[in-house]
Amino acid sequence: MSELNTNVVENQLVRERASQRYKEGFVTDIKSITIPPGLNEDTIRLISKKKNEPEWLLEYRLNAYRHWLTMPTPDWAKLKVPEIDFQAISYYSSPETKAANAPKSLDEVDPRILETYEKLGVPLHERERLAGVVAVDAVFDSVSVGTTFRKELAEVGVIFCSFSEAVKDHPEIVKKYLSTVVSARDNYFAALNAAVFSDGSFVYIPKGVRCPMELSTYFRINANHTGQFERTLIVAEAGSYVSYLEGCTAPMRDENQLHAAVVELVAMDDATIKYSTVQNWYPGDENGVGGIYNFVTKRGNCLGKNSKISWTQVETGSAITWKYPSCILRGDNSSGEFYSVALTNNYQQADTGTKMIHIGKNTKSTIITKGISVGKSQNSYRGIVRVAKGADNARNFSQCDSLLIGKECGAHTFPYTESANMTATLEHEATTSKISEDQMNYCLQRGIPEEEAISLIVDGFCKQVFKELPMEFAVEAKALLDVSLEGAIG
Amino acid sequence: MLEIKDIFAKAGDKEILKNLNLSVKPGEVHAIMGPNGSGKSTMGNLLAGMPHVTATSGSVTYQGKDLLQMEPEDRAAEGVFLAFQYPVEIPGVNNMYFLRTAYNAQRKHRGEENLDSASFLRMVKEKIKQLHMSDDLLKRPVNVGFSGGEKKRNEVFQMAVLEPNLAIMDETDSGLDIDALRVVADGVNQLRSPDRSFIIITHYQRLLDYIEPDFVHVLVDGQIVKSGTKKLALELEEQGYGWLEN
Repeated sequence: MSELNTNVVENQLVRERASQRYKEGFVTDIKSITIPPGLNEDTIRLISKKKNEPEWLLEYRLNAYRHWLTMPTPDWAKLKVPEIDFQAISYYSSPETKAANAPKSLDEVDPRILETYEKLGVPLHERERLAGVVAVDAVFDSVSVGTTFRKELAEVGVIFCSFSEAVKDHPEIVKKYLSTVVSARDNYFAALNAAVFSDGSFVYIPKGVRCPMELSTYFRINANHTGQFERTLIVAEAGSYVSYLEGCTAPMRDENQLHAAVVELVAMDDATIKYSTVQNWYPGDENGVGGIYNFVTKRGNCLGKNSKISWTQVETGSAITWKYPSCILRGDNSSGEFYSVALTNNYQQADTGTKMIHIGKNTKSTIITKGISVGKSQNSYRGIVRVAKGADNARNFSQCDSLLIGKECGAHTFPYTESANMTATLEHEATTSKISEDQMNYCLQRGIPEEEAISLIVDGFCKQVFKELPMEFAVEAKALLDVSLEGAIG
Repeated sequence: MLEIKDIFAKAGDKEILKNLNLSVKPGEVHAIMGPNGSGKSTMGNLLAGMPHVTATSGSVTYQGKDLLQMEPEDRAAEGVFLAFQYPVEIPGVNNMYFLRTAYNAQRKHRGEENLDSASFLRMVKEKIKQLHMSDDLLKRPVNVGFSGGEKKRNEVFQMAVLEPNLAIMDETDSGLDIDALRVVADGVNQLRSPDRSFIIITHYQRLLDYIEPDFVHVLVDGQIVKSGTKKLALELEEQGYGWLEN
């Protein structure tokens, strides 16, 4: 799309966005079946039963749960996490319509849910959107309520469905790859997810297929006192390509809600997976009340030669973000990328970054992060680049930039490197800056008011990352930053 | 257009302007010359409303309004333009996007509709052609990696797009080679019009060979000590500022 068109779309979106602080903060008035709060083996059996799962999956869940019970909560991140009462959370909630649980076609989806997604700017009807065709899997609380363009995708052999359906329809693939990248014992929140995960997306791209459209999942938390524990698995066979996007929002509430997801990616020889996230969970109000606790484990395995996994994330939401999308570069010549913009305002806390584990020869990784701290927020980059003994000629380039707006916020950088191979080349650059008075004066003198000037300068600061996003997401991301920056001056 | 009366002003804590008086009518070009530290740039910054300069007494009337009471962005929208001596870099923001934001912010201030992207693009392309500058100026991030000459050219280009009523050029000629100087001067000359006034701050007479001023003023120690025509600039060139101080 030309710059011109981008600009038109941009203006339109920015205008719409500017009208409300957190426009996704509404609640859909729909009856839900929510299981009572509490977590024990019976809860897990109940979830598994509701989903008619095979015995092996129930066993997997129970094993994960038993292990989770033995694990301490992680405390190494630079986050102040209030104690989470896991017995006060409900682990399963689905809209109370027959169609909601297993909609055969979009016509059967409750119109109020369709309306919800329409309002969120993610229309589920299959028409061309601004940037072309995007297939959507819509996850509402604990269930997938619909997936679009399945027929068109099936024609080229691409499987795009909810995780629950994949368990039913493609158990052999799920069984083969589930937890091969993130084990059920990987960490506290990954173990919890393995025990209680509800829905998420499943993508399978067969050998040599370039997925003909962008795939996306839109996660929506609606019910209160519930957590969302989705699980996503993407497998790209040799020589295939897929670009996948995810977006997330939740109503404005005074309570804190838990979101603990696991995403696993597997790329075979010459396959490429591009995974983009715009995370806009409710961040809490200006006094730090409410907001989502976002504890997410995302990891990709570049299993094949010349495979590539690229993570791009724009994190503006959540009261707490704990998230490190990572790449295991196992195949020779494989490459991993991590592009991140994390903006925190008010009392938000983010500790986010990546791990690049170089195992294969001639593996390459790139890390570009932009942290923006506003208000009283704390924003940390945490990353590890590890080069294994056999990873000859591994290369990493890391650039971590922080921008501070105001005097009460904090930016922190924790880059770790561990190299067991002398031939590795590791480069790291880090900057921390403030918007300079000169930049501000320059903008003001040209007639640009302060608030607009901040958004302009921040947008420029993030450009390196935004250009990695698919066009429509880049526009959304920029608009989102503008809204999130609100109140940055004063 | 502009009436500066009995101005005393500080830059930071230091008193720089001491009883400055200047009157500029529509269409006039005034050159301000003077030795280093005489207050030339402070005067420009005061008019543009840059926060580190504050007037302690006196008044500035611009188009019948009390200029000193206006916010810097409002002054810009009302047609005051300052070509900076040291234009600032804004990484990641392309020049065209920056200018369009400025242009539309100014229109908004005046109660006008935004100019749509297509019309804006046509307009800037036209301007850049008239100024004999290269199109790639539009795509590059604001002043990032620009040479000294390119930065100054960019200021002139921005001025051409924003079409101010009062343009203040703060040592736009410093550090320019003769070709760049011509391009800059040519840009200014193209913009001269019966309703647009210029205040050209410069060290050297050289620029005035290309931009012919209506008046030349010499600023020494925060006030204008002598005013005249272009001839004054030539005399200064010959005899130096010391000649005036005696």
